Amino acid sequence: MSEYVEWGALLNVLLVGLLVGAGLPALFAVGVRAIAGPGARAEDGSVSAGRRVLAWICFGIAILAIVGAIAFLAAGGH
Amino acid sequence: MVGVTEPLLLAVVVATALAFDFTNGFHDTGNAMATSIATRALKPKQAVLLSASLNLVGAFLSLTVAATIATGIVDSDIVTLEVVLAGLAGGIVWNLLTWLFGIPSSSSHALVGGVVGAVIAAAGVSGVLWSGLTAKVLIPALVAPVIAILVATVGTALVGRITQDVPDKDNDRMFRWGQIGSASLVSLAHGTNDAQKSMGIILLALIAAGAVPADSSVPFWVILSCALAMALGTYTGGWRVIRTLGKGLVELSSRQGMAAETSSAAVILLSSHFGYSLSTTHVATGSILGSGVGTKGASVRWGVAGRMFAAWMITVPSAAAVGAAFYGIDVLIGGTAGSFVVFGLLIAISAVIYGWSRRQPVSSSNVNDDWDPAQQSESYVAESVTMHRPEIMRVKRKELKRAKRRAKAARGAEEAARRRAAARVAELKDEPAVRRGSERDGER
Repeated sequence: MSEYVEWGALLNVLLVGLLVGAGLPALFAVGVRAIAGPGARAEDGSVSAGRRVLAWICFGIAILAIVGAIAFLAAGGH
Repeated sequence: MVGVTEPLLLAVVVATALAFDFTNGFHDTGNAMATSIATRALKPKQAVLLSASLNLVGAFLSLTVAATIATGIVDSDIVTLEVVLAGLAGGIVWNLLTWLFGIPSSSSHALVGGVVGAVIAAAGVSGVLWSGLTAKVLIPALVAPVIAILVATVGTALVGRITQDVPDKDNDRMFRWGQIGSASLVSLAHGTNDAQKSMGIILLALIAAGAVPADSSVPFWVILSCALAMALGTYTGGWRVIRTLGKGLVELSSRQGMAAETSSAAVILLSSHFGYSLSTTHVATGSILGSGVGTKGASVRWGVAGRMFAAWMITVPSAAAVGAAFYGIDVLIGGTAGSFVVFGLLIAISAVIYGWSRRQPVSSSNVNDDWDPAQQSESYVAESVTMHRPEIMRVKRKELKRAKRRAKAARGAEEAARRRAAARVAELKDEPAVRRGSERDGER
């Protein structure tokens, strides 16, 4: 079977795929929860600075990942 | 163009390669944009415009074009211009047929299939490297959806858990942005990967015909025309495929859509990074299925999915059969005339398929309509199986029939009432009833 399936590459795709493909949405979700989750808004509707920072760290990592992916494409790594 | 051996043949091959590029964009828009359209993160027209622009940009983004076609899958000495032409024609026909039935299937597998068929017709089965075909095409077609389903299931479950107590309005608003971002990445990757396949084919044809030297890089007009052909195909929008992907498999929310697209983008890019290329179509479909599996209470229409898997399994043999037939015709007639006949035949078949599609058109206006159970009876079966409630199928079918009867009766009564009213009005105003009738028709 190993003649037909590159198990090493496959395992890599699956593991890193889980890390990135499931981790990034989860991180994004943490960001969303930070600024819109229960208790995020004070009575006057404002969101505390701490929550904002946390959210933007999460969103920032997502944006970085997109930039990294574009760089990867442009470098001909496909 | 000094020293071109067969300029007409070359022109036909280039035109066919561009046509394949067009169907490629056309067929694969859904991979990137179906979820964004289904969750209404983007309007249908906006989505295809964005996808087309990113395809265009993607085609220029990286120019590491390999002038090879089906390397390691067929014996490269046999690949002549006629083989390439027949292979492309096989790929186009299969792409159009699957589009007609709204089935997302891999364009690159269709091309490989077409070339394999043409090679078999040209040199017999020994011209195909079967272990390469199994390892590079057939097994990845089985593996890709499994990996994508796993990744998307985990991602969707995590997202669902983390944001379960966030108001829906906020979830939708923010996840739509995430969704657009990840979908754009899929479009960009598609433009970079797939437009380059066509560029490679055209370059190969140019070298074979002696129009450019063997070590030539891709001429600018080739890059431009490939990028434009694909972007145009994408913009035309394979609405039938988009509809199946976005509405047919899972009822998607923005959160599911975002998780699915991120999983697609990650798996596609990682698979090419690790040198184990998986088809964009298979990955995108798997991700959408996974987003249904990972959501509590969501039902996945496995019946529709099963039909897709079946189509993927027969993509290579079917495209191969068409490719072989085209090659046979080409050789039978012989010379440049044969290639012209193949080209003409291809145009005729495409026209027939297009004509067929008009009988039940799907466009940007009805792409998001509810999945019609009357049209897709197996979705009931799928739903009743996944939810372990066999009664769904029976009850709903009965209800469906009843509802149809009611609708028909209501329509009939309404029509009769309107006719009576029109007649009365006509009598009162002393106007001919016929004119009123035609006006009414115009209104509808």
